[in-house]
Amino acid sequence: MENSELIVSSSPHIKTEDNTRSIMLDVIIALAFPLGLAVFQFGWRAAILTGISVVSCAAFEYLYRKLLKKSNTLSDLSCVVTGILLAFCIPASAPYWIPVVGGFFAIVIVKQLFGGLGKNFMNPALAARAFLASWPIIMTTWPLAGVQLPLWGDIPDTFAGATPLYSLKNGVLPPEPLQDLFLGQVSGSMGEISAIVLLLGGFYLWVRGVITPRIPIAYIGTVAVLTFIFPPEGIEAWRFMLTHLLSGGLILGAVFMATDYSTSPVTKRGQLLFGIGCGLLTVFIRYFGSLPEGVCYSILIMNTCAWMLDKTGMPRRFGAPLFSRRGRAEK
Amino acid sequence: MPYSFKGGVHPSAFKRATRDKPVEDMPPPERIILPMQMHIGTPCEPLVRVGEQVKLGQMIGEAKGAVSAPVHASVSGKVQAIEPHTHVSGRNVLSVFIENDGLDTPHEDMRPRGSVESLSPEELLATVLEAGIVGMGGAAFPTHVKVSSVLGKAEKLIINASECEPYITSDHRLMLEAPEELVGGVRILMKMLGLSEAVIAVESDKRDAAEMVRRTLPRKRSNIKVVTLPKRYPQGSEKQLIKAVSGREVPPGQLPLSVGCAVFNTETTAAIHRAVTTGLPLIRRIVTVTGSAVSNPKNLMVRIGTTLKAVFDATGGFRETPNKVIVGGPMMGTAQHDLDTVVVKGVNALLAFSRKEDARVDNPICIRCGRCVSVCPMNLLPVYMYMHEQKGNISELDKLRIRDCLECGCCSYSCPGRLYLVQSFRTGKQKINDKNENLKAGGVADGK
Repeated sequence: MENSELIVSSSPHIKTEDNTRSIMLDVIIALAFPLGLAVFQFGWRAAILTGISVVSCAAFEYLYRKLLKKSNTLSDLSCVVTGILLAFCIPASAPYWIPVVGGFFAIVIVKQLFGGLGKNFMNPALAARAFLASWPIIMTTWPLAGVQLPLWGDIPDTFAGATPLYSLKNGVLPPEPLQDLFLGQVSGSMGEISAIVLLLGGFYLWVRGVITPRIPIAYIGTVAVLTFIFPPEGIEAWRFMLTHLLSGGLILGAVFMATDYSTSPVTKRGQLLFGIGCGLLTVFIRYFGSLPEGVCYSILIMNTCAWMLDKTGMPRRFGAPLFSRRGRAEK
Repeated sequence: MPYSFKGGVHPSAFKRATRDKPVEDMPPPERIILPMQMHIGTPCEPLVRVGEQVKLGQMIGEAKGAVSAPVHASVSGKVQAIEPHTHVSGRNVLSVFIENDGLDTPHEDMRPRGSVESLSPEELLATVLEAGIVGMGGAAFPTHVKVSSVLGKAEKLIINASECEPYITSDHRLMLEAPEELVGGVRILMKMLGLSEAVIAVESDKRDAAEMVRRTLPRKRSNIKVVTLPKRYPQGSEKQLIKAVSGREVPPGQLPLSVGCAVFNTETTAAIHRAVTTGLPLIRRIVTVTGSAVSNPKNLMVRIGTTLKAVFDATGGFRETPNKVIVGGPMMGTAQHDLDTVVVKGVNALLAFSRKEDARVDNPICIRCGRCVSVCPMNLLPVYMYMHEQKGNISELDKLRIRDCLECGCCSYSCPGRLYLVQSFRTGKQKINDKNENLKAGGVADGK
């Protein structure tokens, strides 16, 4: 009985229920914590900016793939993640056209031109953030936390506040106590202000098996060690270290950006080196660069090294002794 | 158990449908088709002619060459034809068609060979050869060849009762219903190999079976130990099982013997016992028949050579038209296109899936999540192997150790992008072989 109805395909014949969409949905859930806090601290303007960012990312992805007669990929939700992360990198006082420009750069230039999901070699949201630095005043004027920003019209200058990193750059500790940095009672970009909600989101992703904590721990650990060893004169080492860890985009970058699948290594050793590299560059830029913050550029630079780092991370061959033949092919 | 192996997955087991169902004897079908090759190695040569009467248990295919195993009639009756027939592997294999006379007239050779104590290891080994026993977990390597190759060299005997593939419960039922056959077989293996100890490795979802086997053993100072391993796929893969039981890793490209181990499948071990104590050659086996398209999942004792269609019919047929029929487990089994293929010695399960379980997608996309890397039990990097296979970088595939791949399917199973990873690696290995053959033949390699 030849049965033409029967499908013949390669084993395995069963699959896990997880798919790209469910993973992205988990990331969106994790990002909802910091998004909620941003709305609480800066008002509904933060929600509108994030909404515009998400919609423009989705629209550009749809249009690009439609025009080039490629499959519609909106349902994998990756553009939504990019949209939220992009919004997190900009101050809540930014004008509404900023995320549209950023979304175009992130989706069309960084992601789709290189082949779309999984093929881009730089984090789209961060690359767009770097591009948006073309409008330096908008991107480096941060509103004070706890001030409800007006939804329309100009934002008064009185609402602007200095971020803790400016104080650190000038060799002094910021006026805010550490718990304010931890809880997010501080000015900064929308998604970066509170360490605790970001860590909660990261913990959720770890529990759900979406990320391993390897990169975040290596990254934050490297920054912690370096800032503890090299505090400026007159500042307690541990206080200086904690301020660095809780300021700026370090936790946002380490938990949500540096763990981006497409642009980070997949091997254990590669991931550790990637995290350490991000940490080294971040401290280097924060100490010696002209900018107060270095997270964005550190991750972008390490993104370009991801595949190279994987080459060093070839796991020990099953059955081979621990310290020999590593990464070598056996004939 | 202090040991474990790296990677692996925890697929839903789906064993509930058949785990509590006793093995039923399936009535022998009207016609039996016996392929002359149900093992790895040289095909058998038919010993009978068309029109000849054969008896139950009569040797009808003679083992040829060093690696081979004879084939026996699983019913008595008349030889109808000897011609090629589709085999579960997908190839056509010369097969003997026997019309069942329904009498099951036993052949004179089917008589007890004696007790374990009375027979010498050589006599035991000869019995294993005569009975046509092969590895019944799927690979179907001739058991006497395996025993001879490890004779006097193995120091650890491991019985693989892990049954880590989802859906399959044939070994589970065997241990529950005939633990003495398993233990008897272990004693015979120990005598043949000259070993004083053995380990039966069971996964933790079969504690009742492990307990049943333990009860068959002497309470104190038993030289056969039953170990319960935490459930994980692919625990039943030889290399992973050895690692989990002994902590030793079989070096690349080598056999378990290189770390002093010999691993035998549960039902194979029981078949050895039956061959020695009753003279029964390998003519029947337990097959789990299950899956979403099967109306009444069962464990059946099936005569070797029964068509898949007859086996499905014996359980009560299909609930709905199956979309896919698989011989073996869902992780490593082979999809079938023809239900006229027959149950051979290595078939432990028949699965029929309905359309809604079709997990194929049109446009698989790798998002580089790295899950394939963390689940690979052989420490490979499937994500890069796939990329280079797709691009045709054959030399890179070799560097990525693609030939270590077991094709266990953990990577494909856990891939959220639904990539056809195992399929790609099979193709990749084939490309490497083709290239090497081209080189040997002096042809142009690779075209680059």
